Amino acid sequence: MTETPRERPLSPHLVSGGPFALHWRWHITMFSSIAHRATGVALYVGALILAGWAIALAAGPEVYANYKALLGSPLGKLVFFGLTVSVFYHLASGVRHLFWDAGEGFEVKTANLNSVIVIAFAIAATLAVWVIAAMSGAI
Amino acid sequence: MADFRTPLGRARGLGSAKHGAGHWISERLSAIALIPLVLWAVFGVIRLAGGDYDAAVAWVGQPLNAVLIVLLIAIAFWHMHSGMRVIVEDYIHKMPTKVGLLVANLFVCALVGALAIFSILKVALGGAQ
Repeated sequence: MTETPRERPLSPHLVSGGPFALHWRWHITMFSSIAHRATGVALYVGALILAGWAIALAAGPEVYANYKALLGSPLGKLVFFGLTVSVFYHLASGVRHLFWDAGEGFEVKTANLNSVIVIAFAIAATLAVWVIAAMSGAI
Repeated sequence: MADFRTPLGRARGLGSAKHGAGHWISERLSAIALIPLVLWAVFGVIRLAGGDYDAAVAWVGQPLNAVLIVLLIAIAFWHMHSGMRVIVEDYIHKMPTKVGLLVANLFVCALVGALAIFSILKVALGGAQ
């Protein structure tokens, strides 16, 4: 009864023996799964940046101009490009999750195919938005 | 009277609290609401990136824009709190660290979300200089 619990591997058990000794063959569904979380974390930071925009707007013209200059700097544009990819990836991947919640799309072929579709959509939508932004003089 | 039931048996006898699905449903509902709101916001960002302070104040002053931004902030911060909570619960098992991160997540989302909503309302209701 007083036996101390042993350390047991947590499931899913991906890595053992060394940093690159994977138990499983790399697969696109692994990428699309972890990318959903990674882009979610990126958007967490993005939401804080956009909240900063609202706070700067309320703080007056000088603070707003400074904040906008920071967002418009090369580093700011790089961050915004990453956020655009993250928004569209997380959105499409989220729709994929909603289909799973409805009990659809668990077949291996379907899951592989819509992984590719989600990634392709994120890239295409990001490029489209940046082309529109460039044409409208926003960048 | 002595209770000879095992802890598991006792838990089974009590049954569920009947509201276990609430967190799950709120994650999905906020996700669905964010689809149109975020698509609208992407074009809002493009529009505002090309304009100055006065243009931004005028844009936020439009009732529809102000309401949609407030809804976006409220639902987005709710949604990202839910998501980050699940990530912490999945990966962090050490006790003080786990609770600390969960509390920090809630406080950051509540504070920054409330600040952003108040700022938008201030500008929309004519409080900007």
